[in-house]
Amino acid sequence: MTVQQLFFGYFFVMILALSLVVITRRNLVHAVLWMLLMFVHIAGLYLFLNAEFFAVIQIIVYAGAILVMFLFVVMLLRLKEEQALPIFVRGLHGRLFVGLAILLVLVSMAAEATKGPMGQYSIDYIQRHSHLKVLGTVLFNDFVYPFLILGFILFVPMIGVVVLALKRRSHGPS
Amino acid sequence: MDFLIEVIINVIKVAVVFGVTLLHVAYATYFERKVIGRMQCRLGPSEVGPYGILQPFADMFKSLFKEDIIPARADKVVFFIAPMIVLAPTMTSLSVIPFSEGFIIADINVGILFILACASLSVYGIILAGWSSNSKYAFFGGIRSAAQVISYEIAMGISLASVFLMAGSVRLDDIVKAQYDYPFSMYAPHLFIGFVVFLIAAFAETNRTPFDLPEAETELVAGYLTEYSGFRYALFFLSEYVAMFIMSSIMTLCFLGGWTIPKFVTDILPFLGSVPGIFWFLMKVYFFIFLYYWVRATVPRYRFDQLMKIGWKVLIPLSLFNLLLVAFVKRFIL
Repeated sequence: MTVQQLFFGYFFVMILALSLVVITRRNLVHAVLWMLLMFVHIAGLYLFLNAEFFAVIQIIVYAGAILVMFLFVVMLLRLKEEQALPIFVRGLHGRLFVGLAILLVLVSMAAEATKGPMGQYSIDYIQRHSHLKVLGTVLFNDFVYPFLILGFILFVPMIGVVVLALKRRSHGPS
Repeated sequence: MDFLIEVIINVIKVAVVFGVTLLHVAYATYFERKVIGRMQCRLGPSEVGPYGILQPFADMFKSLFKEDIIPARADKVVFFIAPMIVLAPTMTSLSVIPFSEGFIIADINVGILFILACASLSVYGIILAGWSSNSKYAFFGGIRSAAQVISYEIAMGISLASVFLMAGSVRLDDIVKAQYDYPFSMYAPHLFIGFVVFLIAAFAETNRTPFDLPEAETELVAGYLTEYSGFRYALFFLSEYVAMFIMSSIMTLCFLGGWTIPKFVTDILPFLGSVPGIFWFLMKVYFFIFLYYWVRATVPRYRFDQLMKIGWKVLIPLSLFNLLLVAFVKRFIL
């Protein structure tokens, strides 16, 4: 077993184990903390793939912004009663089958996965120009329209939230 | 064998940087009390040692021997680890700062983004400290801090993006070298809007006056620090001063040319070129640290809604405008 495999094995096991820990915590703030640890491990996995930029972005965006929002919501909701409820809903009903069906679809997709075409961005090319430069070129030049459309999609709900918030305020505090 | 030597050299470097930084923190508190004392027509600490020079050590021993109080209904584990979550990423980000030509613990390609990542991790410590104390003052402090740091991080990131655009790199070493060829050998006059936005955001990031709402004494006792005592309180204090040092270092490296001095100065006085770079670096860093104290002694605190308005309605649009301006200039004029 090489050092690489050892590291990969560590991250693989830890990410799976930590995600299990996250969904079994009764205290949601603790769950968020375990999730933070999982995000750090995912960043480690990116580092292991020589994608330092993605590792840092993983921490800044997911751990630094999105998870803080989660923590915000969890802390402001005061979930004292919910903590006494059982964590998992009893009985299988149809849920198990939905889960299994999704798993089946994913597995069958994974079996059909093929390696994509190489394109002009080889490892050598990326090392010559920096990682960041190549990523910027791809995102802002080659795929500029998808990028702008994505930005627009994210912009629409933001306007929606502002409209909803203003509407409630004009009817007076309730 | 080579590997072993490399490890030993790195361990020594880490020890030197950490030791010097801790000593810096000790005397930064002394410096702050002296500066603010003089600004308020007082003497500041003057009892322990000549001119009160041993005061930081007296403070340190006092906080070490103080009783460590844990609130009865606090979440004990989170209460214990919160100060460490604040301190560890802050100390880690010291490792990517180039103090002088070639003196850097870890020369990584994403240098400055790594510091931003560490800063966003240390927010957790503050929020969790507020939450786990089980006190409403601490909780308000933690929530305020989270809202404030997230808001100002955006303006900070965008104003730094203009620096990356000018330098064409996110390695701090490259950024300093790219600045050297510009007139004045620094970006501050060229990226003036970005510099001012970053300066204001840096005050908010480190929870200093006029943005010290998370620990506003007059309304929140001491914010998220309310329930902490003794050594744990000292850990928060330590990380606040290290964070100030790091923010000042980023401003020095990205806007004031780091360890270099302007070319026209060395043209007139060539002997200054032989002064080690770390001297200029520390001069610039301590200028910013003095500015922190100066502002603390002279500017009153903002209200929370004013703070949010400044962040979202002034700083973020300004930094976006600056980014577009720099992109335009870089593409069509330079």
